[in-house]
Amino acid sequence: MDSWKVNPRVFWTLFTPGTFWLLLFFLIPLGWLFHDSFSDKISITETQFTGTLANYIRAFDAVYLTIIWKSVWISAVATALCLLTAYPIAFGICFAPAKWKPLLLLLVILPFWINLLIRTYALIAVFRTQGYLNLVLGWVGLGPYDMLYNDGAVIIGLVYVYMPFMVLPLYATIERLDRSFLEASLDLGGSQVQTFFKVTLPLTMPGIVTGIILVFIPCLGSFLTPAMLGGANAIMIGNVIEDQFKAANDWPFGSALSFLLMYVTFGALALRAFLASRSKGVDV
Amino acid sequence: MADAIVSLRNVTKTFPGGVKAVDNVSFDIAQNEFFALLGPSGCGKTTLLRMISGLETPTSGQIIIGGEDMALTPPNKRPTNMVFQSYAVFPHMTVAENVAYGLKVTGVPADETKRRVAEALEMVKLTHLAQRKPDQMSGGQRQRVALARALVKRPKVLLLDEPLSALDAKLRDEMRLELTRLQENVGITFIIVTHDQDEALSMASRIAVMDKGAVQQIATPSELYEQPTSRFIADFIGKVNLINAKVVSSSASKVVCDAKGLGRIELPHVGQAQGDIAIAVRPEKLKISEAQPKGASAIATEGKVRDVAYFGDTSHVVVRCKDDLELAVNVQNDKRAGGAGVERGQQVWIHWAPEDTLVLTE
Repeated sequence: MDSWKVNPRVFWTLFTPGTFWLLLFFLIPLGWLFHDSFSDKISITETQFTGTLANYIRAFDAVYLTIIWKSVWISAVATALCLLTAYPIAFGICFAPAKWKPLLLLLVILPFWINLLIRTYALIAVFRTQGYLNLVLGWVGLGPYDMLYNDGAVIIGLVYVYMPFMVLPLYATIERLDRSFLEASLDLGGSQVQTFFKVTLPLTMPGIVTGIILVFIPCLGSFLTPAMLGGANAIMIGNVIEDQFKAANDWPFGSALSFLLMYVTFGALALRAFLASRSKGVDV
Repeated sequence: MADAIVSLRNVTKTFPGGVKAVDNVSFDIAQNEFFALLGPSGCGKTTLLRMISGLETPTSGQIIIGGEDMALTPPNKRPTNMVFQSYAVFPHMTVAENVAYGLKVTGVPADETKRRVAEALEMVKLTHLAQRKPDQMSGGQRQRVALARALVKRPKVLLLDEPLSALDAKLRDEMRLELTRLQENVGITFIIVTHDQDEALSMASRIAVMDKGAVQQIATPSELYEQPTSRFIADFIGKVNLINAKVVSSSASKVVCDAKGLGRIELPHVGQAQGDIAIAVRPEKLKISEAQPKGASAIATEGKVRDVAYFGDTSHVVVRCKDDLELAVNVQNDKRAGGAGVERGQQVWIHWAPEDTLVLTE
């Protein structure tokens, strides 16, 4: 494609609608929230910009720090479980016969075609005390167990919802991996296990990092899954933010929390960029 | 073969889908040979090499390396190492780490690893690049890394899959010489897969020519060139004039036949021949003259020069003779003036000695 300087009219024709859309529906509302986060609530519906830092200071209250920390570790555990489950799935699809690949990939993305709320209710149907899982466990004389409304249920729900975001980048990287690297490792005397840890894993690191980012970030901001599967104390930062904008009607504080969450995300991306620049040769 | 390092016994490989890549191949490779598997693409030569390395399992048949049946030996336990066509140099390791890899994973002590890696890098003249990453190296250098990485393992057999195909012409000539020298120095059996006949002829001590999964002929380079056993080999190795002929009579030492464009000729030939045969003669064996050659012993025919292509040291002349027979003649340009000495459209005589002619019954 030519540089935009060669044909500016074509460039602006293609560029304007997207820019306009982003400006109107993303940057302006985001700017308004940023503005709000430095404001005071003066009535039920009104806020006034005062340049106050009170909302941010409040966010560093122990109550909220605990919730932020809990959100981070729940997201981290969910991301790790996603990676451990998705890697063999992606590997399996890559090494499956060519005619099966499209079908297997379709199965991975199929849940996206169903509304998240419905899928979450389906999970409840499976895991509740009189649910299908306990029914099956009952046949072998186990249970029934209370599996819902705790941190574990939230983690399982997050792993289920975000699994495709891990499988797809892993699949793309493993598929591109030159098989002769693996063959060379075997030929040089490496066992299958050594080959996996010394060659396959380092060479698929770009896909692993992308997958981690694609899963970790939405996990951190999720509110539907913890709200439905988590108990009263399985609350995550997404639920707190939702509460501020709805039940508590405290937009300035909700905005401040949202921006703090965004800064955490930026921090994670910066860490990735730093790691990428350190490991030259492997294109992360 | 008594001192065979690699023996193949009725090796067959059928891929899922029914494609027979290698069809009942049996032969022996001796200790210290520089052995080439030569053939057009898709002839099964790479599959055969991969079966020797263990990366591919034969459907049936036996592969014996160093006297041991390899049927149950996985690639990481075989005394073979491979230089891959793409080199497969690990991009996330330095040159030294690449070379050390095969020693580390098999538990060779650190100090011995260090010494052997240094030796191997010295051998391929890469000592100064030991700490480089492969993406900062040229194709030729990466190939040396692949060579050092395989040789540092001291395999009984080194397998090379099209090692020169990714290099440019000048580098290829250098590497060709270097590989032969290296093979003499290390005293390891080399098996090389190539589709390039020049590569095979100039490097190998013996060549197996493959076609459609089967071995067509195994011979030294000069035997292969001068004594091909079939039309396929004669045509595949070097350039050749193949002329269809019909046998009139044959005895123990000669054949009388009617050849297209040449009429009735008598050729020396050991063994029986009958029916339709081909006679083959290499372009450099043919002579061009303006007048009819004297002496009855030569095979001679008259024709018109259709094409002259100048190649510096030689000129390739195409002459159209009787019955639309086209003969290719290589003329040595051994004088500065005059080139091939013939021009397009010129009427010339072509002649050659009967003993330079081959009778091919297959």
